[in-house]
Amino acid sequence: MSDDAPKRDASESSLSRRIFLKSAGTVAVGFSLLPGCQRTDGETEEDPDADPARSSDLPPSLAQHPRIDAWLQVLGDGRLRVYTGKMELGQGIRVAIAQVAAEELHTSPDRMEVHLAETGVTPNERYTSASVSIEHSATSVRHASATARRILKAQAAQQFGASPDDVDVDDGTLSTGDQSATFAEVLGGEQITETVTAPADLRPTDEREWVGEPVQRKDIERMVRGDEVYVQDLQFEGMVHARVVRPPGYGASLENVDVQTVQNEIDGVEQVVQNGSFLAVVADGEHQALQAQQALRENAQWSEPSSLPADTPLEEHIRDLPSETESVVDDGSAGEGERVSASFFRPYVMHGSLGPSCAVGHYDGDRLRIWTHSQGVYPLRDTLTELVDLPPEKIEVKGVPGSGCYGHNGADDVAADVALLAMEIPNRHVRLQWEREDEHGWEPYGSAMLMDVEARLGDDGTIQNWQFDVWSDTHSTRPGGDPGNLLAGRYVEDASELTSRGYLAGGYRNSIPYYELPSRRVDAHFFDGPLRVSALRGLGAHANVFAIESMMGELADRADADPVAFRRRHLEDPRAVAVLDAVAESAQNVTVGTDEGLGYGFARYKNSASYCAVAAKVQAQGDDVTVTHLWGAIDAGEIINPDGLRNQLEGGMIQSTSWMLNEEVQFDETHVTSREWGSYPILRFEEVPVVEATVLDRPDEPSLGAGEAAQGPATGAVGNAIARATGTRVRSLPVRSS
Amino acid sequence: MPQQQIQLTVNGDDHTVTVDPSTPLLYVLRNELGLNGPKYGCGLQQCGSCRVLVDGEARATCQLPVSAVEDQPITTLAGLSGEDGGLHPVQAAVVDEQAAQCGYCVNGVIITAVALLSDTPDPDRAEITDGMNEVLCRCGTHARFVRAIQSAADAVDA
Ligand code: FES
Ligand code: FES
Repeated sequence: MSDDAPKRDASESSLSRRIFLKSAGTVAVGFSLLPGCQRTDGETEEDPDADPARSSDLPPSLAQHPRIDAWLQVLGDGRLRVYTGKMELGQGIRVAIAQVAAEELHTSPDRMEVHLAETGVTPNERYTSASVSIEHSATSVRHASATARRILKAQAAQQFGASPDDVDVDDGTLSTGDQSATFAEVLGGEQITETVTAPADLRPTDEREWVGEPVQRKDIERMVRGDEVYVQDLQFEGMVHARVVRPPGYGASLENVDVQTVQNEIDGVEQVVQNGSFLAVVADGEHQALQAQQALRENAQWSEPSSLPADTPLEEHIRDLPSETESVVDDGSAGEGERVSASFFRPYVMHGSLGPSCAVGHYDGDRLRIWTHSQGVYPLRDTLTELVDLPPEKIEVKGVPGSGCYGHNGADDVAADVALLAMEIPNRHVRLQWEREDEHGWEPYGSAMLMDVEARLGDDGTIQNWQFDVWSDTHSTRPGGDPGNLLAGRYVEDASELTSRGYLAGGYRNSIPYYELPSRRVDAHFFDGPLRVSALRGLGAHANVFAIESMMGELADRADADPVAFRRRHLEDPRAVAVLDAVAESAQNVTVGTDEGLGYGFARYKNSASYCAVAAKVQAQGDDVTVTHLWGAIDAGEIINPDGLRNQLEGGMIQSTSWMLNEEVQFDETHVTSREWGSYPILRFEEVPVVEATVLDRPDEPSLGAGEAAQGPATGAVGNAIARATGTRVRSLPVRSS
Repeated sequence: MPQQQIQLTVNGDDHTVTVDPSTPLLYVLRNELGLNGPKYGCGLQQCGSCRVLVDGEARATCQLPVSAVEDQPITTLAGLSGEDGGLHPVQAAVVDEQAAQCGYCVNGVIITAVALLSDTPDPDRAEITDGMNEVLCRCGTHARFVRAIQSAADAVDA
């Protein structure tokens, strides 16, 4: 593969790494992987799903990496290389980054080559998560590019003997009168090393050429041709193939394995690697690795794993677990009116990436290189240091796209697995492709959640009081410097201690309704659940918004009000009203037959990011329902790429529908039993509704994160539509629960 | 099983590979022939990611022994485009509709759609979703795929 990026001074990265370790060194895990493992109660203040807080008027990533050449380099052939510390996850971040750079440099996006996250090469932007890639990374590139344009103009003016105001910039060329020079000529082979100290003047809205246009992604043509796109596709001379043999359950440990038999029986086995209870095989060919994996399974004895609570309904189990309570908001319990209350439940939901996680590793005796689809190459590197006992400067981690992840899936785990294996087999590229059952059975799921809501509906048809209790496990156990957060770290000889509970606050994301309510109390109760969990698209917002919007639908009915009018009555923010009106307008002329229902859902993601409303139409058929239509509207501030935004909204609505209708991670006493698509069915083509997405552009407002905005509203809307169609309210997910 | 020489015809070219004949076709295409179109998704014939055309029919390759398809014409994603590199109408429609998020499912979608359109050149929405039902997409790009297949059908018609 091509890897011609110049290695750059990583001193900035080291600096931010120090800051990072100081603030994030104690982020850890919340699943009971090893019996008797105690977690401390030390919750970190930090949100591992967001970038560090703003310290200046600049986007945080730019404030941390202010040198222009950290973001932008001018190549000799007329192209520009743009660096982002974010990963392509299928959200089309590369084209958005290319568009903002193009806009501010008055240069076609075709000239932009976007380099994805790589340690020592791109800025350290930590994780590609929480829908902040546009807000942080693209905005950083934008201000760096606008500043670069000003500097280029000034240098060209000097060389031309003209005033900067008289220098034009057009598609990579600077000119005045009859003089012109390319960016590279003006720079004379140098890069722009100045720093950005203040927000730059961006190109005025009415002059924009690229921002706001549906510029096509370049990677889709490569996908349809079957070119090398994914980490799964990487091939290296002499590459060997690995498979891991998982224990029968979280708490099992390896007692005995007959390695000799496996080595004798299977051709092409390079090595069986055993380190504590971490067991894997490396073979010359992929089929041989699979055969050896099977033979190892048959020749390994494991201790009895700990028992999962398979006998009690999960909803009850969660309610009975010990929990710690945190007050999210409390401005009183006053408020008269009719009391309406309900409990809502969401089970464990999996990311379920279509392509199981994969990574390639290579150790040359000095340096370890990892190719990964991790959402955070720097945090992964910093976490691997302890696992493989190498200093960070000896580990290079390069981001290569994988199958869509929707949060923290097996990406980091497979990278850690391969790191251990590469260290055992120096000078060979080791490729580890997780099997379907590795991903289904071992990924960190989105936490099961329970929500109790109680509202008082006044005589005037408005809500007088709102009480909300949410029970949740943690919502992020990303690596964060703690090898205990990597699967392998829990099974190797010196298994890592756990140090904290990860990002608990994700459990109450969007737990405060965006509606105007005179008095509210929201409490979050954190339990330590039976399954391994981490960040899944939207974190707690999905379940919280499901509960809030279901209750809003129910209250509207009690108040005898139109569901849209009822929500509007409780909304002051005109942008919230606008998205709601947009879907109401799309759905207004729809005929709703008997056994059919129309429902609505709304939320502003994180109460600070994109506004999203969804209308759903469902049809009831006997015991089952079909979602026939979804209309979504989103306001994500200034739109960089309307087609990309629409794509995210459409996909989010469909995925959310799949979660709410079908999805539930099941387990028995030993382990997760949802290990393939038969026992964990996701929405198929025949069940997918017709979707329509409306995007509202706000060219003068900052761009807001959008990738997770639809998860809650879509589930809320479908639930309300089902209530209309069937007369039964959806309280417990999935709808098609066994 | 000991290795054997197997003759394959892939994208119009003849190949001789020396492999264990029970090796699933998927691994031979990807690792021996460097064809990245077919993807590993489940290994259980449940998701469609690994599909190729075998004699014009869309088939999963993750459990299909390479020895079973000796001498049958195999077409992968890369083989759909013309000699001049021009895209097949279904490939072109996927690009035009920007019908991909992560795109990991795109191989199965395109291969299956090509087979569908050769049987049903002018499908309605229900025929498309029925024909595509064995292919999974986790990103929720289905609506765009349906549009792309419709417009590919129209393009072929025209
Ligand atoms: S990988 Fe063959 S059908 Fe899923
Ligand atoms: S586009 Fe990602 S799985 Fe279909």
